[in-house]
Amino acid sequence: MMEIAWKEKAVKLMLLGAASTSILIVAAIFVFLGKEAGPFAVEPGLRELLSTRWMPVSFQKESFGILPLVTGSLLVTVLAMLLTIPFGIGASVYISELAKPLEREILKPFIEILAGIPSVVIGFFGLVVLVPLLKACFGLSSGLTALAGAVLLALMAIPTVISISEDAIRSVPTSYKAASLALGASKMQTIWKVTVPAALPGIIAAVMLGTGRVIGETMAVMMVTGNAAVITASPFDSVRTMTATIAAEMGEVAFGSDHYRALFCVGVVLLLATFGINMVAQRVLKKHGMG
Amino acid sequence: MAGKIGKRAKQIVIPIVMAFAALTAISGCAKQSGQDQDEQRYVTIKGSDTMVHLVSNWAESFMQQNPGTEVSVTGGGSGTGIAALLNGTTDICAASREIRDKESKLAVQKGIQPNEIVVARDGIAVVVNPDNPVSELTVEQLGNIFTGESRRWSAVGGPDEEIIVLSRESSSGTYVFFQEKVLKRQDFMQGAKLLPATSAIIQAVSTDRLAIGYVGLGYAAGAEDRVKIIAVKADDPSPAVVPSAETIRSGQYPIARPLYLYVNGQPRGTVKQFVDFCLSGDGQEIVEQTGYVAVR
Repeated sequence: MMEIAWKEKAVKLMLLGAASTSILIVAAIFVFLGKEAGPFAVEPGLRELLSTRWMPVSFQKESFGILPLVTGSLLVTVLAMLLTIPFGIGASVYISELAKPLEREILKPFIEILAGIPSVVIGFFGLVVLVPLLKACFGLSSGLTALAGAVLLALMAIPTVISISEDAIRSVPTSYKAASLALGASKMQTIWKVTVPAALPGIIAAVMLGTGRVIGETMAVMMVTGNAAVITASPFDSVRTMTATIAAEMGEVAFGSDHYRALFCVGVVLLLATFGINMVAQRVLKKHGMG
Repeated sequence: MAGKIGKRAKQIVIPIVMAFAALTAISGCAKQSGQDQDEQRYVTIKGSDTMVHLVSNWAESFMQQNPGTEVSVTGGGSGTGIAALLNGTTDICAASREIRDKESKLAVQKGIQPNEIVVARDGIAVVVNPDNPVSELTVEQLGNIFTGESRRWSAVGGPDEEIIVLSRESSSGTYVFFQEKVLKRQDFMQGAKLLPATSAIIQAVSTDRLAIGYVGLGYAAGAEDRVKIIAVKADDPSPAVVPSAETIRSGQYPIARPLYLYVNGQPRGTVKQFVDFCLSGDGQEIVEQTGYVAVR
C-alpha cells in the first residue's frame, strides 16, 4: 500500500514538473529579455526608442526609434485580420453547419495542410507569385508592400481561426437551433441570428489567437514587405515589422552594443503585445466557460 | 552482479576520458597558435564577415589537400580580426579594408609587423530593370539616389517617375561597403526597401521597372538576362565603366575594393602554405566560384 502511494506521488511530481516547464521558460524569457534590454534605458535612454527614425548602422548618427517598426507591425496585423476574419468565420460556418460529411472530409485536411506549410515557403510563394500580382492588379510601382505581407499572414492565420471557431460553432447546443427552426426561421436566419451569436466568444478567442500568430510571424513578412522603416497608414507602402527587424539584424550585431540592446527592446515590446493578446483571448474563453 | 557494475562503469568512464582527451587536444592547439609557425599544423583565421564564406571555402580545400592540418575560421568583422592579430590570438586576419594608422601604431608598440597580402577583389554592381533607359551613372548620382536626394528617374536622365530604391539589410557587409564608397558615409534614405538576400534584390529588380539595387558582381553576372548592369563613372569627365573581372582588377571600376589577408611578419610553415594556396590557381578558382574577382 505504502509503495503505491509513494509511486503515485512520484509520478504526480514528475507530471507537475512537466506541466510547469512552460511557466519557468516564460519567466526565464522575460528575465533574459529584460536583462539584455535594460541597459538601454540608462544609456542612451528610453526616449531614443520613441523617435521616428530607425537607422541602426550609420556613419553619421545611429538612431533606434522603434515607432516605424511598431506602426509597421500594427498596419500589417490589422490588414491581415481584416482579411482573416470574414474568410475564417465564413469557412468555419460552412464546414460546421452547411457542408455535407463528404465535403467536410475533404475540406478539413486541406485546411490542416495549409496550417502546416512552413512560413518560409509561404514567403517564397509570396515573393514570386503574389508580389508581381499585386503590382499588376493595383498598378503599383512596386509590389513589396504591407498588403503583400498581410495577405500571406492571413493565409497563415486562417487555419487557426477556422478550426477554433468551428469547434465553437459545433458546441452550440442543438436545442438552440431546433428551437429557432421550430419557430419558423430559415436555415440561414438560424445560423446568423442564433448559432453564430451563441458561439461568438469562441470565435472572438479564435480571432485573438490568430492575431497572436500574425504579430509574431517573421519570415514570410520579411520577404515581401520591403522592410523600409517608414511610418505609413497606406497598405501600398513598404513597412518594416518588429519581427523582421530582429531577424534581419540580430545575426550580425555587435554583442552588447546599443544596437543589440535596442533589438532586445523591440523584443520586449513584441512579447508584451503577444502576451496581452493571449491574456485577453484566455479571458474571453474563460468568461464563457470554454477555457 | 559485479560484472554488470563493471560494465556500466566502463560505459560512463569511456565518454569522460574521450571528452577529456578532446579538451586537452583543443587547449593544446590553442596554445600552439601564434607560437612557432614552423611547427604548428593548426591555423586560426579571424576577421571580415564578408570574407567568411570565401575563407571557409579555402580552408576546406586546403585541409583536403593537406591532411593533418587544421584551419579554423571565425568572423566578427575586419576590426575584430585586426585586433586579434595584434593581440596574437589569431595567425591570420581576413580584412575587407586596409589596416588603419591607429592600428599600425598599436602594432609597432606590440612588436607585430602586419604583412598585407591582397588575395581577392570585390566589386559591387548596380542593377536596374532591363526596360530602364538609364544605363550609366556617376558615383555622385548613385549617392544621391540612395540617400534619397534624387527621388525621380528624371534627375539622372530617365523618365519622370519615382525611383524604387532597394538595398541589402544593414547587417550585410555589402551594405556598409556601399554606404562608405558610394554614399560617402551618408545614411541610406529611410524609404529604401531593405531586402534580406541578394536573390530577393535580383528578383525585385527584374520585375519592378523603376527599381535600382546593388549586388556583388558574381551574382549580377549570373543574372544578366534578368537585370541590366549599370556602367559607373568615377566622376563626370571619366569614362563609364562596366564592372567585370578585368575592370575591377585594373582599378578602373570605382565601386570595388581589395580583400586582404594580414599575417605577422613573413609567413612561415603552415601559415605560408595556406597563403600560398590562396594565391595559387586552385585558390583563385575558389575566389571566382565564391563570387569575387581573382587577383591574378
